[in-house]
Amino acid sequence: MERKKTTGTVVIHIVLILGAIIMLVPFLWMILTSFKTVSEATQVDPFMIFPSKWRTDAFTSVVSKMQFIRLYLNTLLMILGRVVCAVLTATMAGYALGRLNFRGKNLCFSLVLFQMMVPAQIFIIPQYLMVSKMGMLNTTFALIFPGIVTAFGTFLLRQSFMSLPKDLEEAARLDGCNIGQTFLYIMAPLTRSGMVALGIFTALFAFKDLMWPLVSNPEQSSMPLSSALAKLQGQFSANYPELMAASLLACIPMIIIYIIFQKQFIEGIATSGGKL
Amino acid sequence: MAGSKVKQVQTKQTRNEFMWGWLFVLPTMIGLLILNIIPIFTTIYQSFFKTGAFGKGNIFVGLDNYRQMFADSQVWRALLNTFEYAVIEVPFSIIIALVLAVLLNRKMKGRSIYRTIYFLPMVAAPAAVAMVWRWLYNSEFGLLNHALSVIGLEKVNWISNPKIAIIFVAIVGIWSVIGYNMVLFLSGLQEIPKDYYEAADIDGANAFHQFVNITIPLISPTMFFVTVTRVIAALQVFDVIFMMIDKASAALPTTRSLVYLFYKYSFEEQNKGYGSAIVVLLLVIIMIITVIQNKAQQKWVNYN
Repeated sequence: MERKKTTGTVVIHIVLILGAIIMLVPFLWMILTSFKTVSEATQVDPFMIFPSKWRTDAFTSVVSKMQFIRLYLNTLLMILGRVVCAVLTATMAGYALGRLNFRGKNLCFSLVLFQMMVPAQIFIIPQYLMVSKMGMLNTTFALIFPGIVTAFGTFLLRQSFMSLPKDLEEAARLDGCNIGQTFLYIMAPLTRSGMVALGIFTALFAFKDLMWPLVSNPEQSSMPLSSALAKLQGQFSANYPELMAASLLACIPMIIIYIIFQKQFIEGIATSGGKL
Repeated sequence: MAGSKVKQVQTKQTRNEFMWGWLFVLPTMIGLLILNIIPIFTTIYQSFFKTGAFGKGNIFVGLDNYRQMFADSQVWRALLNTFEYAVIEVPFSIIIALVLAVLLNRKMKGRSIYRTIYFLPMVAAPAAVAMVWRWLYNSEFGLLNHALSVIGLEKVNWISNPKIAIIFVAIVGIWSVIGYNMVLFLSGLQEIPKDYYEAADIDGANAFHQFVNITIPLISPTMFFVTVTRVIAALQVFDVIFMMIDKASAALPTTRSLVYLFYKYSFEEQNKGYGSAIVVLLLVIIMIITVIQNKAQQKWVNYN
């Protein structure tokens, strides 16, 4: 019996390790290629796995060519703007929809649910025309624009507020708090995990958004990382070390943040994804 | 006296909640209306217009865009490609993720390391993911063909052969999303009480029977939820195809998705009217699928 159990564990580990290798190989190949020269990368010799010398030429080249510092800054501002707006508006609306009773509440909640059922591409042309009319194409505002409010986040925060016990509010009211104070000092702090989940979700999907930045910010200096990579591929489709160096540089910050905060990341995705 | 006082307090409370409630929902509601709800109708409206040449205004064309769309073999082909992608990506990403989640749902060494690794593709930019896979698939110098040549096999044109390209694009989709599905399954599995398995152990049920008779029924709400979101997301596929298949590639017509076609007409060829009609078609398809899935849910999901 014991023996059977250990063989079982070994088999499980073998399966999981093989899977992990499949997940990691593309990343490793990205790293290895980025340190090669073009001729090393395009060797016909299949055993040329490592670069003959670890060169950083591809990195220095893409950093200057693509104004990488600028791209990081644009991406950071886009993420921060969307996260702050989404968490702020969704926490307020989530509280109202989850804890208060007022005329028109059901209509508001129906709008939230309706928005969540509709594919996001349907919003893009009108949103583009709005930003274009405002003369705000190629700005940070344009990058944040579609994420100013979030139906999904409102739904998520509503769920968090609904799971809190009822007597908290009554106690606050007896102490003379009005609804605004009750929200600010008592209820909102208790949904911190919901806010963190929404923040992570928003940040990740802002970082991964590709079509909107392609449309709204066509100028190189105003692009976030995602669309800048797409543009780079269009220009230098054969220079694999540079493409891989740029990809690596684009992914590294998020990967580091993920590895440091992996618990929050995975729990955030499990709670937010699980309630979508 | 006392009654009217209670009533007064109540009306004051109602008024208060009304005021604060609207104050709190107002930013979101205004935003949703401007950014989402009105745009749905403007897009539908736009689909009845043709965008004039050289950006010259809109010309009302009635149902012409729709007539053109239903006669357009490109649209039908894109629809087929989108379904092919979904049919490959959704079942495989769900089955593999479920198996991984079941294997990881136990006390074991390295559990969190495995979880971290499997989730990793989720935090990478899709453009970077697509580029590195494109490089792996490269027919002359790609790692995959190098590997085939070592074991003496012919080179494969993974993503430039129009017949098979969609499969290998979908594999990238599977690879990208496995970790996400797995995390959702893991949190679903953790809600199954341990004593169910202990009882089954005592009854002598083996691991496979336990999986079929305990795990599957109890995880079915999560499975249903993941399936719905995956199907809807797969029908909106764009990034991988846009990034991996060259505009000049022979494989483009057999991989281009509906959303890709929407992007092409709306923003590359500046025919926003036709682009709108395509995205309205997508809306209708997704609505139909949502309704079907809701019906199916009542049939096979075990909520208890």
